[in-house]
Amino acid sequence: MTLPLELAKLQNRIREVAASYKLDFFETVFEMVSWEEMNTIAAYDGFPVRYPHWRFGMSYDQISKNYSWGLSKIYELVINNDPCYAYLLYGNKLVDQKLVMAHVYAHCDFFKNNLWFAPTNRRMVDQLASHSMRIERHVRKEGRDEVEQFLDACLSLENLIDIYAPYSPPRKVEDGEPAPRDVIRFEAKAYMDPFINPPEFIEEQRVQLEEERRQPEAFPRRPERDVMLFLMEHAPLREWQRDVLAMIRDEAYYFAPQRLTKVMNEGWASYWHSRMMTEKLLEPSELIDFAERHAGAMAMQPGQVNPYKLGIELFRAIEDRWNKGRFGKEYEDCDDLETKRRWDTGLRQGRDKIFEVRRIYNDVTFVDEFLTPEFCDEQKLFTYDYNPKTGRREINGRDYRDVKDRMLRSLANGGQPVIEVTEGNFRNRGELVLTHRHDGEDLDLAHARGTMEHLHHLWTRPVHIETMVEDRPRRMSYDGESHELADL
Amino acid sequence: MVQKIDLDHSRFRDIVRGSIRKDLRRHIANGSLMARRGDKTVSIPMPRIQLPRFKYGTNQGGGVGQGDGEPGDPVDGEQEGEGQGEAGDQAGEHELEVEVTLEELAKILGEELELPNIQPKGKRQVTSEINKYTGIRRTGPGSLRHIKRTFKRALKREIASGNFENNGGIVIPTPDDMRYRSWDPKTVPQSSAAIIYMMDVSGSMGDEQKEIVRIEAFWIDTWLKSQYRQIETRYIVHDAEAKEVDQHTFFHLRESGGTKISSAYELCDAMIDQHYPPEEWNIYPFHFSDGDNWSGGDTARCLTLLREQLLPKSNVFCYGQVRSTYGSGQFKNDLDNAFNDNEDVITSDIPDKDGIMDSIKMFLGAGR
Repeated sequence: MTLPLELAKLQNRIREVAASYKLDFFETVFEMVSWEEMNTIAAYDGFPVRYPHWRFGMSYDQISKNYSWGLSKIYELVINNDPCYAYLLYGNKLVDQKLVMAHVYAHCDFFKNNLWFAPTNRRMVDQLASHSMRIERHVRKEGRDEVEQFLDACLSLENLIDIYAPYSPPRKVEDGEPAPRDVIRFEAKAYMDPFINPPEFIEEQRVQLEEERRQPEAFPRRPERDVMLFLMEHAPLREWQRDVLAMIRDEAYYFAPQRLTKVMNEGWASYWHSRMMTEKLLEPSELIDFAERHAGAMAMQPGQVNPYKLGIELFRAIEDRWNKGRFGKEYEDCDDLETKRRWDTGLRQGRDKIFEVRRIYNDVTFVDEFLTPEFCDEQKLFTYDYNPKTGRREINGRDYRDVKDRMLRSLANGGQPVIEVTEGNFRNRGELVLTHRHDGEDLDLAHARGTMEHLHHLWTRPVHIETMVEDRPRRMSYDGESHELADL
Repeated sequence: MVQKIDLDHSRFRDIVRGSIRKDLRRHIANGSLMARRGDKTVSIPMPRIQLPRFKYGTNQGGGVGQGDGEPGDPVDGEQEGEGQGEAGDQAGEHELEVEVTLEELAKILGEELELPNIQPKGKRQVTSEINKYTGIRRTGPGSLRHIKRTFKRALKREIASGNFENNGGIVIPTPDDMRYRSWDPKTVPQSSAAIIYMMDVSGSMGDEQKEIVRIEAFWIDTWLKSQYRQIETRYIVHDAEAKEVDQHTFFHLRESGGTKISSAYELCDAMIDQHYPPEEWNIYPFHFSDGDNWSGGDTARCLTLLREQLLPKSNVFCYGQVRSTYGSGQFKNDLDNAFNDNEDVITSDIPDKDGIMDSIKMFLGAGR
């Protein structure tokens, strides 16, 4: 449903306010929806049409249940597209609608300007609708169960993409055979030749080269992080299967930047809704409702960091530091606390700085660069560990290095384990080997076994993954019938 | 219009049902469903339905938090923040729990065990008439006025006639706008059932045995509830003496002493005579014991009671013998010998929790 007149007017006003702060967004279309529609759209990740699959039904089941039990209610839903689409819940208070619109405009600005979103498809609404049609066509031709099974397998491998690949120069297509190499001979006059190119040495080189040629070449030549791509290129798939796999991979790449910038994106939107509301939009009578809603979004839960809260505080801290010139060698080297506390060079570059940050950073670089010891202290960040003796998770300490280290670890690679294809013709029998670059945390073994089965569905030959289990290098294998876990 | 999500949702529900069905024996044996039982629904954890991923193990390694506290303080508070939900993000993170109604669960049980629907005995099919609101009409008593429909009519009229803007948005219904609920009388078969559970709580029945009885009773209840409109459940415990107790006591009471089964049958019989005239009720006495009785004399008395009193009044009499270290298991043999050719007596031996499912099938498979 299009917006009622009152809200349409409000939208115009908020768009002007947002623009006056130099936010630069795609045109944004707001739709009024009932909570049922909202739950449906949320189950489809914000899009009106997705391919048929039960996992959307599962999300819908959970979202509706949480809604009807009053556990959570979806306030804002916006998708990265040109134009952006966002949804307003029918029957919300006016102040809520204002808040959501302000929040959404900042999200749209982020989508449009943050470099990590640059490679995403801005016509994703159309793209996903076309995916849906293509998959439905395959369903008609191949049968529902067949396609569903294959979709299950693809979705299970959805996180095995190289999320940083879109930001590197495109890979060169590797040409088939390497140029045949010969033993290198130095130029020499005939009488000097036996000395400059001694025959024994040449012979030795020739034998070695022969030997090397006989060795089968590594396949893939370099470890491949885009496992889905590798499967598309090398797994024995039928035409429709390749098509489905390609679509799921495209969608995975589209959603990846949202995982890479969760803290920043929510922080940015919260920063701006807060400023726009308190400086320009709020009626005095709406203050309490706004404060309650804002506090709800910023609420901290024990044992986890709220990205809204962390993000907004970081942006505010950055603005403050660049306003007062609290950065650089001189500030860092100053060890008089009192001077530091009153440090203000009158630089006033805070606003410019946060716009620059929203353009070029992602969560990892954002936290790495701007999470300072002072910030860690002010925000009362701590690390915690599971204590097997008490069966509780207990606060470990507040060491700045530790906090930052753990936080970066959880953000790296979008929070997913790094897994590569290292061998596509293992034992010369066409078996597939993945390698998990273990960085301190083990894989969930039950999940890993299920995933192996799905991987086998695509690859059809035995599949293996090398990882560490409880500090020992292990290889998990699945050959289509049974699982195996062996020491390496 | 059928929403697209409805297709995905019903497909998901199918998968859930399929998975419960596949794991029914496990669900029954470990009794996990009973703890999650609500009034009309059961919540079932279904970690296996989720799509598996290569992902990090459960976060027992720890993490980063925010807030007050000293090292060593626990971080898991109970408070739930007001969540600002976001699409897609959350569904996968928690252990998946799915709500299933007891009716659905009964249906799954019925399909998996191939239980026939129960045919209530002919003479007991009493019908009754009830009124159901089925439609809308234009006349009726004020107490049945349908306010929303009335208002909608009035609003439509006002907008169509252009009065809405002029009146400043005030809507006044005229008599013509009034809408009232209307009803239809319906006849429904009134089939009611009484389940009377009897359990031996003498010293030889341990916690393990009671747990088995509890799980079995849960499933019997679930099934019979799906078959009858109205169900009453009564509980009797006995050692050398019998008494009626409430559900909680039934499953938790621990007595010691001898066993006189006839005492329970007498009480059961009295209960039927007092509350459940067999012409109106389908009666299901279930008796669970470890098979020891006080004396041969008492067993003879039990058999007489059954033959002359209980059986003629009941749909079927079920005896479940839970194996225990101390019980001799003689009573089942006695029953089997005495009622060899009478199919109104069903006995079953339940060696352990895995035997529950087969026992249920024995009891309910007869379809009476």
